Amino acid sequence: MSIFVNADTKVIYQGLTGSQGRFHGLRNRDYGTQVVAGTNPKKAGTDVDGVPIYASVADAKEATGATASCIFIPAPGVKGAVIEAAEAGIDFIVVITEGVPAHDEAWFYNEVKRSYPNCQILGPNCPGIISPGQCNIGITPGEIAFTGGPVGIVARSGTLTYQALHELTQRGIGQTTCVGIGGDPVPGTSFIDCLERFEADPETGGIIMIGEIGGSAEEEAAAFIADNVTKPVVAYIAGQTAPPGKKMGHAGAIVSGGKGTAAAKMDALTSAGVAVVANPTEIGAAMAEALNR
Amino acid sequence: MDLLEFQGKQVFAKYDIPVSEGEAVTTVDEAVAAGERLGYPVVVKAQVHTGGRGKAGGVKLATNVDEVREHASNILGLDIKGHIVKILWIEKASDIADEYYASFTLDRAAKLHLGMLSAEGGVEIEQVAEENPDAIAKIWVDPVTGLSLEQCRNWVKAANIPEAAQGGAVDILLKLWTAYNEEDADLVEINPLIYTEDGRVHALDAKVTLDGNADFRHPDWEAYEATQPLDGREKMAKELGLNYIGLDGTVGIIGNGAGLVMSTLDIVNQVGGSAANFLDVGGGADALVLTNAIEVINTDENVKAILINIFGGITRCDEVANGVLAALERVELKSPIVIRLDGTNAEEGRAILAEHLSDTLQAAPTMLEAAQRAVEMASA
Repeated sequence: MSIFVNADTKVIYQGLTGSQGRFHGLRNRDYGTQVVAGTNPKKAGTDVDGVPIYASVADAKEATGATASCIFIPAPGVKGAVIEAAEAGIDFIVVITEGVPAHDEAWFYNEVKRSYPNCQILGPNCPGIISPGQCNIGITPGEIAFTGGPVGIVARSGTLTYQALHELTQRGIGQTTCVGIGGDPVPGTSFIDCLERFEADPETGGIIMIGEIGGSAEEEAAAFIADNVTKPVVAYIAGQTAPPGKKMGHAGAIVSGGKGTAAAKMDALTSAGVAVVANPTEIGAAMAEALNR
Repeated sequence: MDLLEFQGKQVFAKYDIPVSEGEAVTTVDEAVAAGERLGYPVVVKAQVHTGGRGKAGGVKLATNVDEVREHASNILGLDIKGHIVKILWIEKASDIADEYYASFTLDRAAKLHLGMLSAEGGVEIEQVAEENPDAIAKIWVDPVTGLSLEQCRNWVKAANIPEAAQGGAVDILLKLWTAYNEEDADLVEINPLIYTEDGRVHALDAKVTLDGNADFRHPDWEAYEATQPLDGREKMAKELGLNYIGLDGTVGIIGNGAGLVMSTLDIVNQVGGSAANFLDVGGGADALVLTNAIEVINTDENVKAILINIFGGITRCDEVANGVLAALERVELKSPIVIRLDGTNAEEGRAILAEHLSDTLQAAPTMLEAAQRAVEMASA
């Protein structure tokens, strides 16, 4: 089984008429994703290689019954695009766009949470989500994923998501779903959102979690794993030797309270019973061991 | 993007937050002229992108023209934690009765904005946070509903700001909240926020960090770009649109995606080497971007080997391979390259490189082997 999406998920592409949207939207369709519509207020009634374009998400949803959307709109328009999709009743919004202002992210995260509680945002600044053989929304190269499970992947970094898929696929280990949550300050979907669903998914037998320095999301995930996750978890934290990032004044240091370093995150995960590996090339072997393969 | 104190104060002034009158100057004569105009006493303050100015001798009180001259000539050119002082802020001195602390920033865990206020400002606030966390009153503000007057009043009371200063503090905090939002700041911080002998509340310092992602709606930010501290390599990379951070090691690193580049730094370190830089060419990099990246790294005297680690998603490995070959033609490389390609069009990329491989251009099948090879080359 997969989480968030499956073979029946119908997807609207906001920004399908742009160059990135077109390239990846059609690539997703070639993979087998149900790419049912695109939106562009100025190009309603036209199509992109056979995919119909509607003036708004509301029109596209009414015509197609889509439940998910994927946003390739440039950063200045993302706030409006997310709210448009939520208002139209879309319940899974994938935001690929990078460079969205943090104030916009915080605003639409809270607005959607309050006014559209059944709507889940993934991203911004993420590679998207792939359930191998069923649905690929975003920019992940589908050919590096492998069907049949049993591994669920959740990662903050796009290219490290690919690396993890590659390490597993090379060993013949498949994936149930691979979720790129993105590295932005206010991700719509957290590690915990994914861990919870992977734990509940009977076909997921093990979980790979890829974190990065900064913030405290990995520490929160570690606490959640200790209390709620029974399946084996393999984790890698990028940035063990990275220079200290920009220090955001005293306020930033107080908020993080010593959290945020790779060492602190690795310690927290190890204490939670997670197999923490030193670099991404060890992910495949560690998961094979955890699954007794 | 971190602003200098005087730039932060200009932002505050735009929102009617009271700050001391002052002038930014770059020479001793200008400093003297500013002192004469403002009237004594004045404070001569180094403008650098680092903390600990006072301890380093970068902040001095001057009660007459001779002292302004003396302090300005001592502080200009001073090295404060590797930052050379080029700009001074000369401001009217204040009579301080009490010192507080105030800030707004994003709490990533709560996904809300966090306001912090303390009656114990002017000292190391991190120490206060550690030793006496109750002395810092925190509020979490929903970005959609914003900070209300009532919420702000209760917050000021909770922080034990003395009654006489409460009205002024509420006024400043509401304006600070507006500035934080409208200026797309990652952080606004006043330490100290002072209560003066004559009963005014006033921002004596200003720390403002802006979110570079919002620059499309702030054309006035260009003025701040000019004062950002960058070394030569970083300047060149920025002009070429590359995400580059200079380090001290000997292995030059190029990769796509921040996570993959960070993990490349990790793995180089684990096999006994050290990275000369962090360079992320981003998603969808074409041949020209790769050529530029190699050129930037080639200017670094410390680099003894270059490691290129690409996992193609949006980025296509054939474009990367063409970029490497173009760089070899355009620049005279001082160090050998080892390259690892996987993902989108990796086969095509490897085929393009195959006939050009030599001692100075090597291919490795995995990230680990590429790192080992690069570290060997760098120590040879």
